[in-house]
Amino acid sequence: MNIVVLVKYVPDATADRQFEDDFTVDRVNVDGLLSELDEYAVEQSLQIKEKRDGEEITVTALTVGPQAAEAAVRKALQMGADKGVHVVDDAIAGSDAIATSLVLAKAIEKLGAETKVDLVVGGLASTDAGMSVVPAMLAERLGLPQVTLASVVETQGDQIRIKRDGDVATEVIGGTLPLVLSVTDQSGEARYPSFKGIMAAKKKPLETWSLGDLGVDAAQVGLGAAYTAVEETAARPPRTAGEIVTDEDGSGAKALAEFLASKKFI
Amino acid sequence: MAEVLVLIDHVGGQVKKPTYELLTLAAKLGEPSAVYIGGADGAAGAAEAVKGYGAEKVYVIDDAQIKGYLVAPKAEAIAQLAGAASPAAILLPSSAENKEVAARLAIKLDSGLITDAVDLDESGVATQSVFAGNYTVKGKVTKGTPIITVKPNSAAPVEKDGAAAVTPFEVTISDAAKTAQIVASQPRKASGRPELTEAAIVVSGGRGTGGDFSAVEGLADALGAAVGASRAAVDSGWMPHTFQVGQTGKTVSPQLYVANGISGAIQHRAGMQTSKTIVAVNKDEEAPIFELVDFGVVGDLHTVLPAVTEAVKAAKG
Repeated sequence: MNIVVLVKYVPDATADRQFEDDFTVDRVNVDGLLSELDEYAVEQSLQIKEKRDGEEITVTALTVGPQAAEAAVRKALQMGADKGVHVVDDAIAGSDAIATSLVLAKAIEKLGAETKVDLVVGGLASTDAGMSVVPAMLAERLGLPQVTLASVVETQGDQIRIKRDGDVATEVIGGTLPLVLSVTDQSGEARYPSFKGIMAAKKKPLETWSLGDLGVDAAQVGLGAAYTAVEETAARPPRTAGEIVTDEDGSGAKALAEFLASKKFI
Repeated sequence: MAEVLVLIDHVGGQVKKPTYELLTLAAKLGEPSAVYIGGADGAAGAAEAVKGYGAEKVYVIDDAQIKGYLVAPKAEAIAQLAGAASPAAILLPSSAENKEVAARLAIKLDSGLITDAVDLDESGVATQSVFAGNYTVKGKVTKGTPIITVKPNSAAPVEKDGAAAVTPFEVTISDAAKTAQIVASQPRKASGRPELTEAAIVVSGGRGTGGDFSAVEGLADALGAAVGASRAAVDSGWMPHTFQVGQTGKTVSPQLYVANGISGAIQHRAGMQTSKTIVAVNKDEEAPIFELVDFGVVGDLHTVLPAVTEAVKAAKG
């Protein structure tokens, strides 16, 4: 069985994230790391492998991103993925989700040329752009079904069952491999790399591919090929600090009720 | 004037409010055509509802053959409709499923996609809120048919009579699209409270509740508000994940957000920072949530909230 887990290198969400002059996300001046939400995807991929003990299963961590994005693959290898692929090419900078899904689809096709890819696993969303659309776009490009936003994942043979907590119902969704899966942060704590894992990761294969290796024309990706154009970005004006009162014998509730009344909420 | 397709958000033909907001936005771009995908028996009611918000046409796609299948068949259906109607744009309410439908549509139609818009102007420029609500971005689709998913509360619905001409539309769904299926569904128990993402007022609780949400729920009910929770409260098992406000939960943008016993980590702020008015009650005066508030009370939510609830009830008589 061949599992590909998608990992994204993102600017640290707790840092001061900003835009470049061309309105692309500044990925240089802010420290980056493996998107927290992709750690859950790595975790579930590893759990599927562990639960299916005795089968030959390869978990490949795949990323598309700048030089530094290798760190995201490296982290996945330390957690326990078997091999890594990093697609890096100057032409990719500024790519939108549509172009990113194209590059990912081509990379997955290349990985599948040797052994068919059975399962592509992604996270809930990236912590930077956060559109949550890449798994669906990828599924469309690969002609595969998708089962997304899983909080519980079970596989047996070529069958998969997931649980999803929707807004109106909790659903069990079934599908047949191959398919694209995405998991939420409710699917279970992601493991920390162990010392042994960190040492072992140094010896694991990590390939670097360019657009040429994938047969993708540079004109199909990057900022110039984007299907949307940003016209302006603006930092949200900081909220001006409001009035803070300390409650003493019910004074807080009285003041709060008066505030709500002054704003016509009551 | 070119048509603008608006996917109707409904449950069994009961149209939900975001649909009216989208029809109002669609009227800025062209002639709104509502798209109903659902059971044949709910179509007439849905058509009647959208008539009052300017829908000139109502395309009815019977979902008998695709019910229970996820995303892919809906994307195929809308793509076929787009092929026939050549719309100026396609608007969908921003839900998890609709974003995936939109994603597949974008690839099928070779068109640009903007998700989670919070506003849309006449020239098709969409406003989004990004980086935990710290930035707003204005952008537009430059290739193909613009596909835009719009968050609830992005526009005030404007009532306007439309022709609402019911137009049945036959679709052909491939077998390949019918491979991921809902095998069991446990409907959520109706709380009687408004939908979290659509509510005008949200009252939330966090770690500071200690697991007792009665004070939070009491105030929410007095104000006619939805109840929310921080990740800490959800992770502690006090509230289901569907109540979670924040980066990995819901993003809300109500008129009033009341945060109780919530410290205000960046992940939580990501889900509520764009609320119009923010109020917090917290025992810890150093809690970062106080940096955001219009009004804050340093105090115990278990005594402050019941007293406020009484005041609200008294005022409402």
